[in-house]
Amino acid sequence: MKTILLSGNTALSYAVKQLDVDVISAYPITPQTTMVEKLSEYVANGELDAEFIPVESEHSALSSVLAASAAGARVFTSTSSQGLLLMHEIMFITAGLRLPVVMGIADRAVSAPINIWNDHSDIMAQRDAGWISFFAESAQESYDRTIQAYRIAEDENVHLPVNLNFDGFILTHTYEPVTPIDDELVLKYAPKRRRKLVLDPNNPMTFGGLGSPEYYFEAKYQAIKALEGSLKTIIEADKEYERISGRGYGLYNAYMTEGSDTILVSLGSVGGSIREIVRRMRGEGAKVGSLSLKLFRPFPAKELAEVLSKTKCVVVLDKASSPGTIGGPLFLEVQATLKSFDINVPAINIIAGLGGREIGPDDIRLMFRKGLKVVSDKKVDKLLDYVGVYL
Amino acid sequence: MPYKTLKDLPVEEYFGPGHRLCQGCGAGIIARLVTKVAGANTIIVNATGCVEVSTTFYPDTAWGLPYIHVAFENSAAVASGVRAAYNAMVRKGIVDKNPNVIVLAGDGGTADIGIQSLSGALERGDHILYICYDNEAYMNTGIQRSGATPYGAWTTTSPPGKLSPGQKTTKKDLVEIAVAHGIKYAATATVAYLIDAANKIEKALNTPGATFMHFLSPCTPGWRIDTANTIKVSRLAVQTALWPLYEVVDGEYITTVKVPKRLPVIEYLKIQGRFRHLLNKPEEVAKIQAYADKLAEKFGYGPISP
Repeated sequence: MKTILLSGNTALSYAVKQLDVDVISAYPITPQTTMVEKLSEYVANGELDAEFIPVESEHSALSSVLAASAAGARVFTSTSSQGLLLMHEIMFITAGLRLPVVMGIADRAVSAPINIWNDHSDIMAQRDAGWISFFAESAQESYDRTIQAYRIAEDENVHLPVNLNFDGFILTHTYEPVTPIDDELVLKYAPKRRRKLVLDPNNPMTFGGLGSPEYYFEAKYQAIKALEGSLKTIIEADKEYERISGRGYGLYNAYMTEGSDTILVSLGSVGGSIREIVRRMRGEGAKVGSLSLKLFRPFPAKELAEVLSKTKCVVVLDKASSPGTIGGPLFLEVQATLKSFDINVPAINIIAGLGGREIGPDDIRLMFRKGLKVVSDKKVDKLLDYVGVYL
Repeated sequence: MPYKTLKDLPVEEYFGPGHRLCQGCGAGIIARLVTKVAGANTIIVNATGCVEVSTTFYPDTAWGLPYIHVAFENSAAVASGVRAAYNAMVRKGIVDKNPNVIVLAGDGGTADIGIQSLSGALERGDHILYICYDNEAYMNTGIQRSGATPYGAWTTTSPPGKLSPGQKTTKKDLVEIAVAHGIKYAATATVAYLIDAANKIEKALNTPGATFMHFLSPCTPGWRIDTANTIKVSRLAVQTALWPLYEVVDGEYITTVKVPKRLPVIEYLKIQGRFRHLLNKPEEVAKIQAYADKLAEKFGYGPISP
């Protein structure tokens, strides 16, 4: 198909249209709005044959798509920030009921102070809800991953909800050339199949019953195992997508990590800026590398460990905080990964970019310098540091 | 339609007798009646509450119909989602029949925590029947007051004391709230008048858009009544005009069970332990009587017969 100009938001909407989603339900919140505006247009024009439920809250948005999914429909919702926090309760239930709901998240800071700009505080607060969680770096990737998400979520071995994270404004509102794949190809890759366990009067079934201590743990255990096991499906889905479209993303983007002294680990759109700084610093003789993680849940610990074992210091960039503990959410994962796989590489944590604070070239250079200093000093002075905060 | 006697009701059962609701529970009677009238082509949505915990104790289920429970405050949104799914799937030829979608939610799940999602569904006019089984408190968690607890009632969080008569506020008028959304059908009902209720359920299901029914549902432990008195106390609620039976069709109020000679509210209060502390406080009983008198006037109930 020919290349068109789409923003992160409209790229997602375009994919949802091609996926022949049956039910969409969403509540407007900046910077997610243009995504649902576009979907409303598609439905109003008849370009997408779907029901659009204009709900009165995000809580109802997720509740209604959950229910539509239980009834057997292919569904989509999207939100951001406070809206995602309002969905928190229902996120656990979606995963617990094993429903293949797909949600777009325009990642945004969380109040207070109220702030509409990007960081990852909203999604990190949903870390343990049991969803598959992707991060994108571009509009093209948002589009491609949306198509992958349905194939993964609806896979019989997975049956779990998926959220697609793309940075508020930075990705949601930036227009980029996007090359979609053909409509028929989309539905061939992610076909709609009638699931066996649905709300159907011809085959009555009880959804959402009470799990007593004799049964709750087993249900929970199965959902946990399904999330762990989904990694295989995720890798296969990406490979197959690459085969049909020429584009695959893997679990991470590793750039100049071989033979590096320091790797900066990040999530989301900042990865591109980091790679550019890596390119420049390599030109200046600094042995730095970048690892931009694409999948946060299930956390690809083993695969990550392999890359990080080959460097001398790991710097983890968190665009979210976990107040009162030793580091940000991503750092905790990476540090646990290093220790669990007996990788004797020091790691430090940088928290930056909260509430849309710009992460510029100098900030990224500073992060690398902190890592390189650990290597030259052979010790960690400061486990957690903040870059770009002025107090 | 219309049903005239109990013999006219369908013989099919979709609500199993092995559920774990209390003896004399009003909600169990409601669930049985609703599923009978609605029939096999129906999907039940249930809010968290007594009915949910007592009928879906895994691996058992009392439901012979497709059933979904998600959470406490969102059952109207859940119903909207089921309806939207079927609308889309019927249109696209994925399934052939569009079922009834019925919500069963308690007064807490309706008048308090669920009122936002209810308002959303009513305003959108999604084709669902929302039934509130109102036992007038949070009974499942141990009899705490709700926005539907009547004035003067004892609950564990509205205890009568030197400074309090018990519940200090009057019930939220859920039917009025529902009607204010411009829905085409709303009604009250109770378990002492099953034929009246059955006809209303059928009417609601056959009315396009969102419909609402408010069912008074006695709770024997919460109301401190004998388990044999569920029907009696429901009948007294109607005969004292504390629970007038009416429907609102396209904005027009129609009294469906007429009470030419009313009973004084004391008859209703005195058989319930939750009002026991009021029995020697005539000034409090008078307030409840005045509340009933207003309702009697509004719905054309007759004078109190000595």
